[in-house]
Amino acid sequence: MSCLEEIEKTFERIEESDLNTFITLNKEGAIEQAEMIDREGDGEGRLRGVPVAIKDAITTKGIVTTCASHILEDYIPPYNAHVIECLLSEGAIIVGKTNMDEFSMGTSTETSYFGPTLNPHDRTRVPGGSSGGSAAAVAAGEVPLALGSDTGGSIRCPASFCGVVGLKTTYGLVSRYGLIAYANSLEQIGPIARTVPGVARLLDVISKPDARDSTQLGSEGGYLDNLTPTIEGLRIGVPAEFFGEGVDPAVSKAVWDMIHTAEAEGAAYTEISMPSVEYSLAAYYIIAMSEASSNLARFDGMRYGLRLEDTGNWHDTFSMIRAEGFGEEVKRRILLGTYALSAGYYGKYYLKALKVRRMIKEEFDRALKDFDLLFSPTMPFTAFKLGEKVNDPLSLYLADINTVAVNLAGLPSISIPAGYSEGLPIGLQIIGRYFEEQRIMNAAYALLGDVEDE
Amino acid sequence: MISDEDVKHLGWLSRVELEKEDSEKFARELDRILDYFTILDAVESDLSPLHHVLELSNVFRDDVVADSLTAEEALSNAKLQENGYFRAPRIL
Repeated sequence: MSCLEEIEKTFERIEESDLNTFITLNKEGAIEQAEMIDREGDGEGRLRGVPVAIKDAITTKGIVTTCASHILEDYIPPYNAHVIECLLSEGAIIVGKTNMDEFSMGTSTETSYFGPTLNPHDRTRVPGGSSGGSAAAVAAGEVPLALGSDTGGSIRCPASFCGVVGLKTTYGLVSRYGLIAYANSLEQIGPIARTVPGVARLLDVISKPDARDSTQLGSEGGYLDNLTPTIEGLRIGVPAEFFGEGVDPAVSKAVWDMIHTAEAEGAAYTEISMPSVEYSLAAYYIIAMSEASSNLARFDGMRYGLRLEDTGNWHDTFSMIRAEGFGEEVKRRILLGTYALSAGYYGKYYLKALKVRRMIKEEFDRALKDFDLLFSPTMPFTAFKLGEKVNDPLSLYLADINTVAVNLAGLPSISIPAGYSEGLPIGLQIIGRYFEEQRIMNAAYALLGDVEDE
Repeated sequence: MISDEDVKHLGWLSRVELEKEDSEKFARELDRILDYFTILDAVESDLSPLHHVLELSNVFRDDVVADSLTAEEALSNAKLQENGYFRAPRIL
C-alpha cells in the first residue's frame, strides 16, 4: 500500500468516527506529505509515513492551534514546537490536532470549547483528560501514535481510561518549546500508543536536545533499540497510600494481579508507606493554579486570539475579552491562582505548597533508593459518565490523587492497560527514577508483551 | 469565607470581568476548594521551598544572532493593527 493510500484510509477512519477526537484536521498538508514520500520512494526517517496525532496544546506552524479554547479559536502559529520539528524531520505525518480540556485544565476532556470527546469503550463515558482526544484516537485505531502533555496526569489518565499506553517523561527530558504553557514547572510532552514499542519509538524522536528550553536536558534516544522485556530481579515498591479508600476494589484487584504477575516473573515486591502523598493533591493544585494565573496573563487578544472592539480603556477591554474567551474551569483556576499568590495568602498557600513539594520529592527519593520501580493504580476508578463530575470541580480534582505526586517530584511514569472492569479499561502506573524511562518501559513491555502489532 | 466581593476583586486583579451571578457561584466553589487546601495547615515543615525539580540555575546560551519571526509573521494573528504595529486599547 502506498503512503498516500494509507493516509487516505486514516482520514476515512477519522471522518467516520463519532468520538470527536480531533479539533482540526491537517488533511491537505498530510496528503501533500504522503505524496512526496511516495514520489521519493525509499528514504530516511524513523517515522517515515507514520500518521501522528498532536494534542492541540502543541504549536504547529500553519495549522490552527486552539488549546480547546474560544480565545485561541482561530490562532495560526507562525512556528513549530520542537517536538513537531523532530517529527517532521523523521518523516512523520501530522494528521491533525486532538481535542483536550481547555488549556489542559481537566480530567475528562469535557471543558473543551469544542465539546467533549467520547470514550471508545463506552460512548456515554469520558475518555479521561486532559489529553483525551489523543488517547481516544489511539484507542479507537484512528492513528497508531499521538502526542499528549502531562501536567498532573493528563497523559496517564486518558491512557488508563482508554486502555492504551501513555508515558509521562522525567521533567526535562522533552523540550517544552512550543507547548502552550499551563504550569511550566510541572508539565512534559509525552507519547501515547497502543504498545510499549510504539511509545519507545515516539520517545526516541521527540527527546532530542533543544537549546530553546533551558530546563531540558534531552537524551540520545535508543529507547526502542534497547527495549527488552525485563522484570526479573527488580525490586518493586507498592505504596499503600495509592490504594486509599477512594480506589475502586476492582481497580485495586487488577493492579495487584499485575504485581503478582511481576512476582511470578522474578520481581520482588514490598508494601511501603509514603505518608506525604496525602498532601500532594492540595500542593499540586495550588502550584498549578498559581503558575496558570501568571501564564495565562498573556492572552489578551492583542497579538493573537479573540479580539473585541475596544470597550473602554486597556483594562476594561482585556477583562471583557478574557471573560468571553475563557471557559469556566480556566477562570476558576486563574482566580484561585491569583488568590494563592496574593499578599497575605502567599505564605499559607503557595509557599507552603512548595515546601510540601520538597517533602514529597524527598519521600520519592528515599523510596526509589530501596526500590527500582513503584506500582500503583493510575486512576482510582475506571472512566466515569459524561456530565457525572463536571459540575463538581473538587470531586473532579480528587480523581487526580494518584497521578499528581509524580509531577510534583518530576519523575517519569507510565500507564499501561491492566485488564477491565465491566468492559472499561483499568490502568497500572509504573513510576521510576529520574531519566530511567528505559527501565520503566522494559518492565511495562515484560508485563504487556506485544498486545497488538502496529 | 470568601465573599462574592472578594471574587469580584480577584476578577479585577486577573482581568476577567465577572457578572454578579458568576462571582456568587465562584465564591461558593472557591470556598470549598480553599477549605480542602487547609489540609496543608497540618504540615509542619522547615524544608526550603522546591520551585523546580532540576534546580538548575543560570542556563546560558551563546550570544549569537539567530533568526526570529519577521514583523509580518509576528503580526499575522493580530486582528487590529496599524502601520506595522499591534493596536492596543487606550491606557486611560
